[in-house]
Amino acid sequence: MSGKEPEDGLLISPIQDGTVIDHITGGEALVVLRILGITGTTKEAISVATNVGSRISGKKDIVKISNRELSKEEVDRIALIAPNATINIIRDFRVFEKMKVEIPESVTGFVCCPNPGCITNSNEPVESGFKTKKGGRLQCIYCDTIISDNIVDYII
Amino acid sequence: MHHIISIKELEVEDINRLLDKARLIQEKGFKRRTLEGKLVALLFFEPSTRTRMSFSAALSRLGGDVITVDSVEGSSISKGETLADTIRVVSSYVDAIVLRHPKEGAARLAANFSTVPVINAGDGAGQHPSQTLLDLYTIRENMPLDNIDVGLLGDLRYGRTSHSLSYALSNYNVRIHTIAPKSLEMPAVIIEEMAERGVELIQHDSLADVINELDVLYVTRIQRERFPDSASYARVAHSYRITPEVLKDVKDNLILMHPLPRAGEIDPAVDKLPYAKYFRQAENGVPVRMAMLEEVML
Ligand SMILES: [Zn+2]
Repeated sequence: MSGKEPEDGLLISPIQDGTVIDHITGGEALVVLRILGITGTTKEAISVATNVGSRISGKKDIVKISNRELSKEEVDRIALIAPNATINIIRDFRVFEKMKVEIPESVTGFVCCPNPGCITNSNEPVESGFKTKKGGRLQCIYCDTIISDNIVDYII
Repeated sequence: MHHIISIKELEVEDINRLLDKARLIQEKGFKRRTLEGKLVALLFFEPSTRTRMSFSAALSRLGGDVITVDSVEGSSISKGETLADTIRVVSSYVDAIVLRHPKEGAARLAANFSTVPVINAGDGAGQHPSQTLLDLYTIRENMPLDNIDVGLLGDLRYGRTSHSLSYALSNYNVRIHTIAPKSLEMPAVIIEEMAERGVELIQHDSLADVINELDVLYVTRIQRERFPDSASYARVAHSYRITPEVLKDVKDNLILMHPLPRAGEIDPAVDKLPYAKYFRQAENGVPVRMAMLEEVML
C-alpha cells in the first residue's frame, strides 16, 4: 500500500498478500474471526486491532489476514455483525480490490437457532439455516424463529 | 417429487387445486382406488390419535396400505437413532411418509433425507398444513374466499392453527380480526408478515366489538397453564366463551369453527345452531387428506 493508513499504521504493519477487513464495529473483531472459521489452530497469520480510533465511527476494529483472499460469500457473512465493514483484498502490498459487505439472502451453518425445540438443536445431522429479513434479522428456515438483535450471541 | 411441509410455501394455485380435488372426492363418494398398491408410513413420534386416524382412513379410502410407528418407545429412536437415519431407512420401504414429530422443523429435515414425498402432520409448535387446508376447505364450502371478515379468537400467541390459517388466508381477499387477551395476542412477526402480504389485520380485545361483522369465527382453546392463577384464567375463559346469547345478533351466514378438541370455549347449546360447523370441519379432514395423499403420490 502507499503508506496511506493513518489510523492504524502504527498498530499493524502492512501485509503483502491477503485481506484487510476494516471498519468492523468496535469490539467485534474476534467474532469476525469466528464467523470466518479462523481459530488459533488455523495456519493464516492474523493481526487484530481492536477499538482503534476512527474518524467515522468513533471506535473500530481491524483484522488483517495474510495469504488468504476471502470469497464474496465469506465477506457477506461479516455483514451480519459489521454492516459497515470494508474489505480490501491485498496483492503485493497494493489494494487489488475493495468491497463493501452486503447482507446475504441466507446463512447456513454458523448461527444457532435460539429455539430449543428446533430440530437444528437436536443431535440430527443438519446445519442450521436462516433467511435474512428486513433490518438484518434472521429467520430460521426450519422453525420460523426470528433473531432480531444480538446476532453475535447466536454465532456458533 | 414434492412434499407438503408448510402452508406458507404452497402457492395459491396449489391450495386451490388441493381444495378442488377434496371437493370432488367428497362429492363422488369415497370409492376411489387411486392409490391401490401404494404403501405409506405414518411416523407419529408424538401422540395424535385423531390426525393419525384421519390419515389412516384417508389412505384406506384410496385403496392404499399403511404401516405405523406411533410411539417413540419401542422404536429405534429410543435407542438413539436420529430422525434423519429413520427417514432414510423408512423411505426405502414405502411410497410416502406422513410425519408427526415434537421438534419444530422436523418435517423439513425429513424431506431433506427422504427419497419419497413427506407430508407434515404437525411438528412441535410449528406447521400442520393438513389442519389448515381442512380449515380453509370448510370456509370455502360455506362462502367464497372473497371480501369476507374472519375472526380468530383465543390463544393466538401459541395457537399454531390460527397462525397457519392466517398465512393461508393471506392468499385471498379477506380481512382478519384477531381477538385475544393481552398476553395471548398474535405474535408481532405474523402481524408484520400479514402486512407485507397486503392483508388487512385488525386487533381487538373484546369479541362483542366485532362479532356482528364476522363471516367466520374461528375459536381456539385457551390453555389454563398460560395463566398465573386460576382466577385470571377464569376471567379470560369466561369473556371468550361462545354461548347462544353471544350469537344473538350475528350475521345469518356466520360460520363457527374450532380445530377441536374443545375445552369449554363453545357451549354445547351452540352445537345445534346453524352456525356450528366444527364437527363438519373435523369430517372434512378425510377428503382433504385424501387429496393431499393423491397430490404427492400420483
Ligand atoms: Zn429454528
